[in-house]
Amino acid sequence: MIKKKTPKERRIILKHADDPSYSNKISCYLKNDGYSMLKKAFKMKPEQIGEEVLKSGVRGRGGAGFPAGMKWKFLDRKSGKPIYLICNADESEPGTFKDRQIIYKDPHQLIEGMMIAAYAIQAKQAFIYIRAEFFEGARILENAIAEAKSKNFCGENILGSKFSCDLIVHRGAGAYICGEETGLIESLEGKRPNPRIKPPYFPAVLGLYQCPTIVNNVETLCNVKHILEIGGEEFSKIGKPNNTGTRIWCVSGHVQKPGYYEFECGALTLGEMIYDVCGGLLPGRTLKAVIPGGSSSKILRADERFTGKLKDGTDFDWGIEDIPLDFDGPASAGSMSGSGGIIVMDNSVDMVEAMANINAFYAHESCGQCTPCREGSLWMRKITKRMCSGDAREEDADLLLSVANQIEGRTICAFGEAAAWPTQSFIAKFRDEFEEKAKGDSNKPTLQLI
Amino acid sequence: MKNGKSSSVVINLDGQDVEVPAGINLVEAASLHGTEVPHYCYHPKLSVAGNCRMCLVEMGTPMRDRATGEAILDEHGKQKIGWIPKPVIGCGTNVSQGMHVKTSSPMVKDSREGIMEFLLVNHPLDCPICDQAGECRLQEFATDYGRGYSRYVERKNVKPKRTRLGPRVTLDDERCILCSRCIRFCQEVVDDDVLGFVDRGSFSTLTCFPGKELSNNYSLNTVDLCPVGALTSTDFRFKMRVWFLKESSSICTESSAGSNITVSSREGVIHRITPRRNDEVNDSWMSDSGRELYKNVTSEDRLMKAKVDQEECTLSHAIETVKDTVDGKKLGIVGSCHSSLEEQFLLNKLAKITKAKKFLRGHFGEDDGILVSSDRTPNLRGSLVSGFSSRYPTDNLESLSKSLDKNELDVLLVIGEDLLASGIDLNQLNGVTLIFAGTHQNETSKLAKILIPTLTSFEKTGCFINRNFRVQSFKQAIPGPAGLLPDLQILSALIKSLEKDGIHRPDLSSIWKEMGKSSGSPLKGISFSDVPEDGLLIDGSKWSHLEFVEKKALNYTPARKAQKSK
Ligand SMILES: Cc1cc2nc3c(=O)[nH]c(=O)nc-3n(C[C@H](O)[C@H](O)[C@H](O)COP(=O)(O)O)c2cc1C
Ligand code: SF4
Ligand code: SF4
Ligand code: SF4
Ligand code: FES
Repeated sequence: MIKKKTPKERRIILKHADDPSYSNKISCYLKNDGYSMLKKAFKMKPEQIGEEVLKSGVRGRGGAGFPAGMKWKFLDRKSGKPIYLICNADESEPGTFKDRQIIYKDPHQLIEGMMIAAYAIQAKQAFIYIRAEFFEGARILENAIAEAKSKNFCGENILGSKFSCDLIVHRGAGAYICGEETGLIESLEGKRPNPRIKPPYFPAVLGLYQCPTIVNNVETLCNVKHILEIGGEEFSKIGKPNNTGTRIWCVSGHVQKPGYYEFECGALTLGEMIYDVCGGLLPGRTLKAVIPGGSSSKILRADERFTGKLKDGTDFDWGIEDIPLDFDGPASAGSMSGSGGIIVMDNSVDMVEAMANINAFYAHESCGQCTPCREGSLWMRKITKRMCSGDAREEDADLLLSVANQIEGRTICAFGEAAAWPTQSFIAKFRDEFEEKAKGDSNKPTLQLI
Repeated sequence: MKNGKSSSVVINLDGQDVEVPAGINLVEAASLHGTEVPHYCYHPKLSVAGNCRMCLVEMGTPMRDRATGEAILDEHGKQKIGWIPKPVIGCGTNVSQGMHVKTSSPMVKDSREGIMEFLLVNHPLDCPICDQAGECRLQEFATDYGRGYSRYVERKNVKPKRTRLGPRVTLDDERCILCSRCIRFCQEVVDDDVLGFVDRGSFSTLTCFPGKELSNNYSLNTVDLCPVGALTSTDFRFKMRVWFLKESSSICTESSAGSNITVSSREGVIHRITPRRNDEVNDSWMSDSGRELYKNVTSEDRLMKAKVDQEECTLSHAIETVKDTVDGKKLGIVGSCHSSLEEQFLLNKLAKITKAKKFLRGHFGEDDGILVSSDRTPNLRGSLVSGFSSRYPTDNLESLSKSLDKNELDVLLVIGEDLLASGIDLNQLNGVTLIFAGTHQNETSKLAKILIPTLTSFEKTGCFINRNFRVQSFKQAIPGPAGLLPDLQILSALIKSLEKDGIHRPDLSSIWKEMGKSSGSPLKGISFSDVPEDGLLIDGSKWSHLEFVEKKALNYTPARKAQKSK
């Protein structure tokens, strides 16, 4: 590896977050030029804001990376039904802890971003759907909304204009699936968060209460404010084409300095993140694998080579350290940047046990609505759990892979893929360890299989 | 669609171009052309949930250039098909012009095998004792589309085996495949939202919401709907293997709704009544109360023996005695809206030749807004069409009461009704000879000089005309009690004995021929065999001046039209 200067963070979203003198009070936010972009927005036409967001190329930070401006364009404005805006603050993807930084430390940034977005899409009612475990976060948001309302940044006739938009914080009840946007909508409607079938229930057409609805991630909505500040054109120059803006990466696992780091998209590689930004691995350990975008993304093996053609036609040949941290880098390497949750694993990790851990999560969180995910996720959990209890069989690796393949692409929502991809990639890349387990210790007592 | 409005489209189904109605889904479209797309959660009368994933098929649409909108052609000049790389659900995918569908490609087969395997991994091996066995979708599709072997060596989930959901429905949660049909039925058809799932993932369990129970009058439809043996009828549970049952088409006699039903019997004993789909009448549903009616067949108060002067006798002797009693007397006939169209016709004929005065009463109740209508008889309209009555009956026998007061009647032939419960006083009957023909005992039958036991609708064949003026036939499901005859034979024997050229053959086709002859009859030109399984709508406009109690509720419409997925 060629030694370079440690890449420097570029904090836009988290600009103030860790400033000890900064607080989540509105007075502090206003002192830092807060809500000036909302004022600017109200001088523009709603469509103009949409245009700026489209031009910015900003992609969703919730996991799928869909361009926000495009999503807003899909909104069915002809139906005459009310339009809703929902901020997805369910942040439950294992390995992800970025949205909470914003919510806890700079809630007004989110509120400002949301009010601009609400104005742009002409939503008169907005919601923040926050995960149950963020009870303090919910309280902070409630306070911040009350402050914003008292200053007329939110609620009736915002800034004396004709535009009104109420903002409500809705707390989840502790289910990962509430992060899936249609599950979220069901939950917000007061029902079980069973994701909806698409078609026909695309949120932009038939969303909350069967009305056109936009669901965006916390970080995505904060970006709206910054897009307005510098203009879509200028924003699109941050990062790389198709990978604009900054991203907050959440690094966890076996590094010296786990944490959240905000960088311009593509400003550094995975290797630089691990070794330079996060201080490298623990003493005496070697890198074994990295999950680059939250537990749902496919795992990357440390000694793999990643080759192929980039979108712009250039060939690439990367080791794991060379993968650029943006949207397209991890995707080119066969995984995804997902929610930005980078989970680093060193040579102390037993891959079957790691797999068992992940499978336990998905089996526990599957909503249970559709057959493949419901039954497949629990089956995979049972297999890996058994394998870790000394009863692995030679055929288990193939069986796991087959079960995962029977889930992928056949479910109502993307949870199916989220549950299948880890297994598929673990088997593809660490099959040896799964097979090793089967050889095991022949003296070990075996469970009675029934 | 060429003009965007055409009512049918051409799709390519497994390589064959076929025409199908626009807007229908792929499960329906394939079935119209004889191809089964296996499905569990989809039900034609409920909203689409798309959760079982059994109906996965491969689908593609003709490709167009994104920018120009022009068709993209292949080397043969045919429009290229953009196949979706993942299978799509047939139940949730609607046909469009030029759509291509594969229902048995390797991808589809693999999907089905996968789904079947998943459905079975935590399914108990209850078939030998399961009520559903023999009519179980899980068994059928496992045989047709499953792999035939198991790769599952883990422990199966354990769930409650006998949960009482309500007075009539018992749930075995282990057998539930979580298709949500029962939940959607309660929400969408009955508007009684009591069922739901608790827990997540594979531990999801169907249950009633706290403090609620599945006790609405349509609860047993969930048992029919359930593709597996999870929801069972507490009444039918463990009583009978379904493959022994003989099925006969019939009509529910509970009200003028005339729900189409299937009567399942074995060796002359009825074991259950289930709804028979008729989209014009009852969709796929019927009331719980209607299902209980078969119990009347063997109830204690059933009339089994003919009697004259309280002495048991043969039926022919009783009929003979009727003739002697009636001849030359002032006769009154109290008909019944429970009688079939044909019976009412013969009764009217009898009235004509005996110059009898005719009386009829109705039985009314609350309309439940679903399939129990205000008119609690199956054939009030039959009394109009048959000519027995031209007026709309009230819920008593006022005019009979007047006639009795004026001593206009010597003999009264009563079909099934209880005079004493119809505004007639015991004193008024002094000096009147009573003849009672009916299936069950009542206060009037006890007073009768001549008692003629008749058959229930399960034991004979005929037609009812429902609230919509739909003629619907019911077929004999079981033989009647030994020694009894169908009402039609009794009536025609009476007619024969009182008039020389009466109908000599009491068979339905002769009766229908004769009915069609009466002037102005909406049955003109129709024969009994013309009445199809799903009934025949006739013109009732002749009676549009009558104040029918059903008012606007002539048709059943589901409580909540399926506008939402869940
Ligand atoms: C199983 C599952 C869980 C998800 N969880 C979250 C989440 O916690 N937070 C989030 O913002 N998006 C989550 N998403 C993505 C959302 O469905 C949705 O795409 C996103 O909120 C859209 O916002 P964005 O376009 O701004 O990224 C999840 C998706 C799936 C399939
Ligand atoms: S894929 Fe899983 S989480 Fe998504 S709807 Fe199906 S069962 Fe629920
Ligand atoms: S539901 Fe079907 S497969 Fe299951 S035990 Fe009953 S008969 Fe067998
Ligand atoms: S009980 Fe039957 S109908 Fe209801 S969800 Fe389960 S399988 Fe479906
Ligand atoms: S029948 Fe289509 S998903 Fe169940």
